[in-house]
Amino acid sequence: MAKPTVPIQALAQQYGPHLNYAPAGGWRAESTHPYSLTKTHCCFCGQQCGIQLKVHDNQVIGFEPWEEFPFNRGMLCPKGVKRYLQNNHPDRLLDPLLRSEQGFRKATWDETLDFTARRLREIQERYGKDAVAVYGGASLSTEKSYLVGKFARVGLGTRHVDYNGRLCMVSAGHAYKPAFGVDRSPMPWSDIPKAQVLLIIGANIGECAPITTDYVWRCRDNGGKLIIADPRITPIARNADLYLPVRPGTDLALLMGLLHVVLRDGLENRQFISEHTSGFEAVAEAVQPYNPQKVAEMTGVPPQSIEKAAHWFGEAERAIALHARGIEHQSKGVENCAAVINLCLATGNIGREGAGCAMITGQGNGQGGREHGQKCDQLPGQRSIDDPEARRHVASVWGIPVEEMPQKGLTAVEIMEAIHRGEIKGLLSLCFNPLVSLPDANFTREALEKLEFFGVIDFFLSETAQFADVVLAGSLQEEEEGLGCSAEGRVIHIRKAVDPPGNARQDCNILCDLARRLGKGKYFPYESTAEILDELREASRGGIADYYGITYDKVDRQMGVFWPCPTLDHPGTPRLMEGGRSFHPDGKCRFMVTEWRESGDPVAKDFPIYLTTGRVVSQYLSGTQTRRIGELVDQYPDPRVEIHPRMATAHGINEGDWVTVTTRRSEITVQAMVVKTIRPDTVFIPYHWPGERSANRLTHRTLDPHSKIPEYKVSACRIRKADGPPQWWLTRSVNGAQPPVLQANAKERR
Amino acid sequence: MHGFEFYVDPSRCIGCQSCLRACEECETHRGHSMINFDFIDRKETIGTAAYVCWHCDDPTCAQVCPADAIKKGEDGIVHASLKPRCIGCSNCVLACPFGIPKIIPEYDQMLKCDMCYDRTSEGKRPMCATVCPSQALAYVRPDEIAHRREKPTNAFQFGNQRVTTKVFMMVPLEQDSVSIDVVDYMWEERNEPVSEAQP
Repeated sequence: MAKPTVPIQALAQQYGPHLNYAPAGGWRAESTHPYSLTKTHCCFCGQQCGIQLKVHDNQVIGFEPWEEFPFNRGMLCPKGVKRYLQNNHPDRLLDPLLRSEQGFRKATWDETLDFTARRLREIQERYGKDAVAVYGGASLSTEKSYLVGKFARVGLGTRHVDYNGRLCMVSAGHAYKPAFGVDRSPMPWSDIPKAQVLLIIGANIGECAPITTDYVWRCRDNGGKLIIADPRITPIARNADLYLPVRPGTDLALLMGLLHVVLRDGLENRQFISEHTSGFEAVAEAVQPYNPQKVAEMTGVPPQSIEKAAHWFGEAERAIALHARGIEHQSKGVENCAAVINLCLATGNIGREGAGCAMITGQGNGQGGREHGQKCDQLPGQRSIDDPEARRHVASVWGIPVEEMPQKGLTAVEIMEAIHRGEIKGLLSLCFNPLVSLPDANFTREALEKLEFFGVIDFFLSETAQFADVVLAGSLQEEEEGLGCSAEGRVIHIRKAVDPPGNARQDCNILCDLARRLGKGKYFPYESTAEILDELREASRGGIADYYGITYDKVDRQMGVFWPCPTLDHPGTPRLMEGGRSFHPDGKCRFMVTEWRESGDPVAKDFPIYLTTGRVVSQYLSGTQTRRIGELVDQYPDPRVEIHPRMATAHGINEGDWVTVTTRRSEITVQAMVVKTIRPDTVFIPYHWPGERSANRLTHRTLDPHSKIPEYKVSACRIRKADGPPQWWLTRSVNGAQPPVLQANAKERR
Repeated sequence: MHGFEFYVDPSRCIGCQSCLRACEECETHRGHSMINFDFIDRKETIGTAAYVCWHCDDPTCAQVCPADAIKKGEDGIVHASLKPRCIGCSNCVLACPFGIPKIIPEYDQMLKCDMCYDRTSEGKRPMCATVCPSQALAYVRPDEIAHRREKPTNAFQFGNQRVTTKVFMMVPLEQDSVSIDVVDYMWEERNEPVSEAQP
């Protein structure tokens, strides 16, 4: 059973998160050290900003903006500025670890890899191949992501491989692929400033995709109108020309309402619809009942605002709709995205400069990580695993008989549920912290405890890794060469800046060594990442995400290559569907009928308030990395619940009061932030923290039926003023007001 | 850098605090940020403002310095106090109408934004304006700033004190200067503090 042998607090004492404030050698060191600069990219978020890392003596000691890189031109958010502090971090795992009576003990690579291979084999022999699952992560480089998929399917022969991108933008992918035949932002970000109208729905750009802010502001400078739909006035919403305060979970009604007005008033582009699309009539019929009055009642957005937004969007010559997790993290996430696409297709806004729609992919390699086979339903090149031709092609590249290619497996949340049911007994996880990031965290903890074997490859001991039998000390992004793909579809080059410290090893190296011990070494003969890329190029060749023409050298020369790039002399494809031609064989874009349904956790008398979750600018995802960087923690140390003064007054709550938020799963107690920037029927809690501070203890496991994304953005809750501070706060104040600061750095601070 | 000017536009600020984080990475004062940052009134608005030293043409901080420790260069940059001269008296902290100078206790010295002198003198842009994701802090040529919705001004009215600065504030098109005191918007027979005005 995968259970920690000592209290979690004891593990946290040893393995962190501790706060790192100062660079290696201290703040004064840099001026005396000679350093080199490595041009690479930030490890956080799908913007993949260019950055130069300062390297001295195999340590990253600082950064320098990279102003020539065209996407961000030197701009960085606070996470990017401080990202170098994850390197040379005192919590860094320097040796592989095996569970012991004292928590963990250091072990050798031979011992841990032999143990891992033996346990995986034992479980598969006893319960069958599919009793083992593999979790990957969307912060892994594209080569690593490719290798995770191949390792699961060839090394282990299991069909259950999925990744934490399942918690990111899969709803968008599952809408864009049927609509356009391709899952990628159809346009480069350079189109954004050229739009006359920008509709941003469910995207807190200022905090979650900060660099995109500049593109939005430049659009306004050019005279563009900004429409923002969000239950909160986010940092960019305060400059909106039109703000639509949509009630959580009702975005679909709003989008159908917009299309209703467009069609009612004849603002659709008939020529585009007839030349470039199919399925329009059914969609027109579906939106017919969604008149502004009805939509206003459903969404809380005034009818006049719905009319105005629809007219601005419909009358513009060039309009762009951007969306992110706000509409994707819903049990109708795919339909929400489909409704955005429908609106753009009906108004002819696709495949032209300054016109289009796009998901703002959130995770570091959220785009590249989903293209080459660590998704349970896809093979390299964004090929469908159900497609016999795709199976034949990839099996031949891999050198396995096609009948040995596993079929489609379970998705990330479903894998955890199968573990809970006892169907999956063994799990190997890289770069994924499901205990913090999956919904209904108590359920996740129960599931982890049921595993007969749990192996983790990671560079820090995440909250999930605390449950592991074996932890293989892997590599940071800057310790391995590779490619990534940014939100706009630009393939970028992650350059290796330093070697892994101590006895830590590169992730690819660990996976290949493990494959050898599983008797599959001949399928994993790589000497370098470049060799993995060469195989990936072949595997993706002729597919949708065709990387055949992409090499490290070409990416460097062009400052990124937009895929598809089918030949070595092909320049890449910044704008997909140029002229309105989709990737489907008939070249048509497809309208998709959307149907309204209630959230999986509806508000009711007992739970009358909407709870929505999200991110803050200084933290990234489950916080495995960013909760270890001092300044980023200080900027927003603990989760707080945002409450409108009207609701706060009704509950006798003042700013800073402790508030217990209860859902049908569990409750947590956090401090109130009383603000007029949120709807009075909704509360918001960011989700980056574990344990008693975990917003995901409150969320529910309802999934979108197509994309299997959890409905993080809509839960039902009730709130009450708590009698006093919760246990997590009290125990911490005994030990010191903040998480332990390392002595070496404490002196350097301020 | 020749031809480049510094522009501050709080209407673009998204409150990400990237400028604070980056400022302390600067070589001359590593570990200390010289950026001023405020949540305007978080209960009422998400609005935030980040700003640097405005580098006054006639700096009040230098006027009030008893030790003559604050110097303005020919390029208009008002520098941090000279270490051998600064007596840590805080006159500058109290006098600056923008609230810029900071006494750093561990150095017993006033430090302030010098617009990244070490960077700008080498042809690099200041750190904060380079990283700022919203370009609320921008170091660009005047022709680039002319594309924006707002226009730059460098005149500030603090009661009777009119201050002109090297750094520009972006203001609405119809506005020519920034006035901080409500008195400047009132009708009064004599220009005197509101609290002393007789009904």
